[in-house]
Amino acid sequence: MKRLLSKPLRISNNVRVTAKTLIHLIVLGYLGGLFYFGLNDALGADPVKTLIHNSGLTAVILLLITLVISPLAQRLPCADLMKFRRLFGVYAFFAALYHLAIFTVFDLQMNIGLLISEIIRRPYITVGLITFILLLALSLTSFDRIKRKMGKHWQSLHNYVYLTLFLALLHFSWSEKTLLQTSLYYWLVAFVVMTTRSMKIKRLFKFK
Amino acid sequence: MSNKRFTPSVKLTEADVTDQNVFNGRRKLLKSMGFLGASSLLASSGQANAQLFDLFGSSEEETKKPSSYLPLEYKKSKDKSQVLTPYEKVVSYNNFYEFGTDKSAPAAYAHEMTTNPWTLKIDGLCEKPTTISYDDLHNKFPLEERIYRLRCVEAWSMVVPWVGFELARLIKLVQPLSSAKYVAFETYANADEMRGVKSRFAGGGIQYPYVEGLRMDEAMHPLTLMAVGLYGSALPNQNGAPVRLVVPWKYGFKSAKSIVRIRLTDKKPPTTWNILAPHEYGFYANVNPTVSHPRWSQASERRITTGGLLARNRTETQLFNGYSEVASMYSNLNLKQNF
Repeated sequence: MKRLLSKPLRISNNVRVTAKTLIHLIVLGYLGGLFYFGLNDALGADPVKTLIHNSGLTAVILLLITLVISPLAQRLPCADLMKFRRLFGVYAFFAALYHLAIFTVFDLQMNIGLLISEIIRRPYITVGLITFILLLALSLTSFDRIKRKMGKHWQSLHNYVYLTLFLALLHFSWSEKTLLQTSLYYWLVAFVVMTTRSMKIKRLFKFK
Repeated sequence: MSNKRFTPSVKLTEADVTDQNVFNGRRKLLKSMGFLGASSLLASSGQANAQLFDLFGSSEEETKKPSSYLPLEYKKSKDKSQVLTPYEKVVSYNNFYEFGTDKSAPAAYAHEMTTNPWTLKIDGLCEKPTTISYDDLHNKFPLEERIYRLRCVEAWSMVVPWVGFELARLIKLVQPLSSAKYVAFETYANADEMRGVKSRFAGGGIQYPYVEGLRMDEAMHPLTLMAVGLYGSALPNQNGAPVRLVVPWKYGFKSAKSIVRIRLTDKKPPTTWNILAPHEYGFYANVNPTVSHPRWSQASERRITTGGLLARNRTETQLFNGYSEVASMYSNLNLKQNF
């Protein structure tokens, strides 16, 4: 494997803490800000749609960042980058939770009957919910203690992150009215991210 | 036809419209508080950015008040019963894929479209085919205001005060032959002025020009309007300037924008969304809460007015969007099969 830097890059504790603080501020600031502007009817004609669209997009972007970290850590090389992966992964889940909550509370306006019938009857919403459940499972098992307890099962569960990405993008594309739309860019990025681990994907499929 | 003025069954009002100054004042306040700058790094392309950017960006959008478009002479509507969608929202949230698939794309790029001079050709099965110029659109027929609901197939709706004339007047002018059973509409498509026509990707992969169609009786119905303005001034380009169709009892995609040709025909004309996805979009596309779209329930809708996230704006969708006077045209039609 080609390395981009001759010497491994180290990230000091101070830099790491600062960077993590910034990540918290940016993600929470962005999602909180969207909500604030939404409340004040300053998110375009349909603030509910804007909020749903942007929170979903944020979840996809955070998931892609999560998946870019390990190939980047290997290739730079910079093992310290791995210390950021969980943060992005859990925030991807958080953004998905926010997305689902906005849909339920402000789009369907707490009409739970409608929520259930939408989940059953609209395939793209079914796919969205499955994606959410996978993200939930990955987040709940991301604590160090649980990770240690799970042993090698942890990795086999967390390999489902690839399926999660696929389903998230399927949900995105399916929600659009025609095929040639924005989601295609994200499929392209996902494809590039996945080619960096083509060996692993091949191995996963052989096991089955 | 008698000169008695037609009044739609659904009465909508202009009384409760949000004052433009109140609306803009709030936007300015938010702008001055703008603490979100850095966060737009996270957002990628698309609506989000455009809209967030709009919050801090230039006031160009805000200068496009109704007054900056040609004021029209028209007979005002007297209907008073329902809250209008604010002007700013009517002109910034549009499906006009010729300019891109984002709802904010038409407002951003439609100014590149030439609307004057304009030629609208009416031909096909008629005695006197004719062409209408830009000035004719405003002068040939008396204009009147119609406050209509616009129900999008995506399950949102608006209430818009259109200004225009009945399509029936135009059709009578060319003296249709009795063999004319349908009316086909073709819209403007110019790759030099429309990024979605130039690039298949930007235009969502749709074939242009966009085409639509109505049955002759639907086209002749007094509800069916050729709109040349909204909120008292000429149509903004993103809303389909200089002339568009408005068929309030059908889903929004039937109301074709920026029309260049109307053709009377004996065959059911092809329609763009039906060609693209025949299982999702039918020829009739009548608003019907009991026939759901494969990806949207049509039982209810969210009315776009004011109030932000907390607006309890979900309402039940009504058959024919509440315009029950059209029901007799479909008494022999199975509405579930002919969706």
